[in-house]
Amino acid sequence: MKYWTLTETDIDRIAIGCGILGTGGGGSTYHGALRAKALLREGKRIRMVRPADMAPDAQIIGLGGIGAPTVGIEKIAEGAEGVRLMQALEHHMGRKVDAVLGDEVGGGNGIAPMLTAAMVDLPVVDADGMGRAFPEVQMTTFFIHGQAVKPAGLADADGNVLIITEATTPKMLEKLMRASTIAMGCTALMTTAPMSGEFVRRFGVPHTTSQAWSLGDAVINARAAKEDPVEAILKQSGGVRLMRGKVTDIARRISAGFNRGTLTVAGLDEDAGRSIAIEIQNEYLIAREGEKIITMVPDLICIVDSETGRAIGTEELRYGLRIDVLSMPAPVLLRSEIALESVGPRAFGYDFDFVPMGISADAPAVPYYTEEGA
Amino acid sequence: MLRIGVDVGGTNTDAALLDGSKVLATVKSSTTADVTSGVGTAIRAVLAEAGIAAGAVNAVMIGTTHFLNAVVEGRHLEKVGILRLCGASTRSLPPLIDWPDNLRDIVDGGAVLVDGGVNYDGSEIAPLDGPAIRAACRDWRARGISSIAICSVFALVDPRMENEAADIVAEEMPEAAISLSHRVGRTGLLPRENATILNASLHKLGHETVGAFRSAFAALGLTCPLYLTQNDGTLMAADFSERYPVFTIASGPTNSMRGAAFLTGLSDAAVIDIGGTTTDIGMLVAGFPRTRSEGAAIGGVPTNFRVPDVYSFGLGGGSIVRPGEKPTVGPDSVGFRLPEKAICFGGDTLTATDIAVAAGLVDLGDRSRLSHITPEFARQMLAQMKASIETVLDRMKPSAEPIPAILVGGGSVLVDALLEGTSVSLKPDHFGSANAIGAAIAQVSGEVDSVVSLEGTTREIALEGIVAEARARAVEAGADASTIALAEIEETPLAYLPGNAVRVAAKVIGELRA
Repeated sequence: MKYWTLTETDIDRIAIGCGILGTGGGGSTYHGALRAKALLREGKRIRMVRPADMAPDAQIIGLGGIGAPTVGIEKIAEGAEGVRLMQALEHHMGRKVDAVLGDEVGGGNGIAPMLTAAMVDLPVVDADGMGRAFPEVQMTTFFIHGQAVKPAGLADADGNVLIITEATTPKMLEKLMRASTIAMGCTALMTTAPMSGEFVRRFGVPHTTSQAWSLGDAVINARAAKEDPVEAILKQSGGVRLMRGKVTDIARRISAGFNRGTLTVAGLDEDAGRSIAIEIQNEYLIAREGEKIITMVPDLICIVDSETGRAIGTEELRYGLRIDVLSMPAPVLLRSEIALESVGPRAFGYDFDFVPMGISADAPAVPYYTEEGA
Repeated sequence: MLRIGVDVGGTNTDAALLDGSKVLATVKSSTTADVTSGVGTAIRAVLAEAGIAAGAVNAVMIGTTHFLNAVVEGRHLEKVGILRLCGASTRSLPPLIDWPDNLRDIVDGGAVLVDGGVNYDGSEIAPLDGPAIRAACRDWRARGISSIAICSVFALVDPRMENEAADIVAEEMPEAAISLSHRVGRTGLLPRENATILNASLHKLGHETVGAFRSAFAALGLTCPLYLTQNDGTLMAADFSERYPVFTIASGPTNSMRGAAFLTGLSDAAVIDIGGTTTDIGMLVAGFPRTRSEGAAIGGVPTNFRVPDVYSFGLGGGSIVRPGEKPTVGPDSVGFRLPEKAICFGGDTLTATDIAVAAGLVDLGDRSRLSHITPEFARQMLAQMKASIETVLDRMKPSAEPIPAILVGGGSVLVDALLEGTSVSLKPDHFGSANAIGAAIAQVSGEVDSVVSLEGTTREIALEGIVAEARARAVEAGADASTIALAEIEETPLAYLPGNAVRVAAKVIGELRA
């Protein structure tokens, strides 16, 4: 098996890329990157492995944070939540876990599985279930393609661990998880049911950690060379710039735990005179110019700081911010008819069908998978 | 009411004497290494110029970068004992984890994480571990540590644990200075803890500096109260600033923007502060500087202090002008050496000030030394400087609508025509001392940022509680309770979870108590 062992500078790159792929949500990468680097300094290792290199019968679990980011920045993780969760799951199944991955590459959850992996020295699969961020547990390519709902679980900082042994539907699993997270103080680490190596190879969005690294690498290199980091993101991602502008209005409202709102961006420079409206449900979902919808979920709408290329989350939006609005094609697996039922415009309450923007292509793995190992 | 405002910058110490809203005198003198003697000189000069006796002055307000410089240079900081009340949680990111190594080594007096802290809904994470706190205190005392920072998880939801821990520390270490996070920062454990530790590390310097100001004032015959200006441009009483020196740390640009608002009577405008080396452009909204959405890093330490959203670029009176095929102005500058380097002053470097002199915008030095500068070239350079300001101005403006612009700072002689995108470009009297005037007219504020649960209460009652707490803090800082008004209130519901918790940030502002 070939591995890619991450260094601290790799973590910086991956954190920037996960921020961009977060499409406004997924939570901050700041704590995750600090923790990952601290673990590396302690001598722990984070080894990535390509999905195609996993044994077909390998046992893989997805790990990620669930809860309110505002709580997560205050009641920070204890650290070994994932270790306790994995041990409880292994005990329940009577079988060892062979590798971990993230259900969601976007935002802080793109780094979350690496922290547990470093502590128990398991590899992290270079794939996820979204290729971006989505608000709900069942919105993954894994559940879309029949991942079992059980056993799933949650662990919190205080030492509570919960294994869910049955749920009637993935949507019901989401409800159970959400309610339990509130009981745990609004922040917890979650896992969904174990998957086989073969299942992840077929239904995981491949090489999304590689993709995040490449985006971050492009941004860091552009900043060092005093070039435009946003151009570098576009060149790397195959996306397009919808507009360079500034935030002129942000109307927010909250319903049922969703941070909803509409963002208005007025064009600057060569886009002067244009205006784009972006609809938000925790993530950036729909971009309109006048009556015309330019980009819609599951295609990615990413907003970055015009000067630094840093991703701007929905909670950071404010009047006057100078931003670039980017559109990137969703991964191939998210654009199928069956996927669109779960993550297309109608799944978010819109009464129109998905029209793609740009051509989907799976990201290649970085060329650093060179280390031999067991 | 006679007030003196003093702004201590890197190069100059400015002072202004105001009678109510009338500016009686302004002076500029050099900043001194000890800060205090320069402040004394400036106050003496401004009193002499106005012919006012020191005993008649009602209040003195000082804005200083002294504490910021201490952090940036890592000097005069003391070691801090750090107590985090957290139970099992937060241990993945121990205190000081995101500090630059050099500052961490200077400030780290030992961190102890003990049982305690609350959840977002105010429930206990774990009961407070008194014996562990006492053991930590004995260790700190044995090692000569005398400044302690205490930070509880969700201290802004319920500060009870921090207060109880402070009582225990005070029992064990009666001499210790104690900084509590719920008085220093906003929601976000690491940046709030960082600000609390910075505050604790500045304690001794704060005590010494305020003490030195007091003795300097006594020597000048001043008997009035002393105030320091803080990050948001409002005041705190000297004894309060002794305990919270960290609040002065980002007050720099705020004073000149507030001064610009006062001098013109405008509350919504762009403020263009052109100095010797840089131009700072910020926006006044309702009389106060618009702030950045992200917190400020102080000497490389992330905090969540709100600081003015100011764009700085390399254009000032000392900017070096390079003629040629594509002539350039700046971004490098001769800086404080302008009086010897500029050609009009007998030097050898062509500066932006020389261009202004050649074009007849200002009468400085010896204009005949600039006979080789053609009127065409001078006009071209002035147009270029104006265009660079206009580009930044356009990015800072909230909309394409023309807005008023206020030009302040010694370098504002470089601009004489109406700036594009502005309805009017004002250069008020005393434009060179807007910073000191901003300090003199400052008001007093109180601020609270907390997560509140609406279970078993109503939104109105919860908001009232937060505003009452902010008012109490403003009164403590020196505000006249009858003048306090709500300046801003921001509610953010917690996303990704259905439920009834909201984060509320409130700020009130009032006039200084007479």
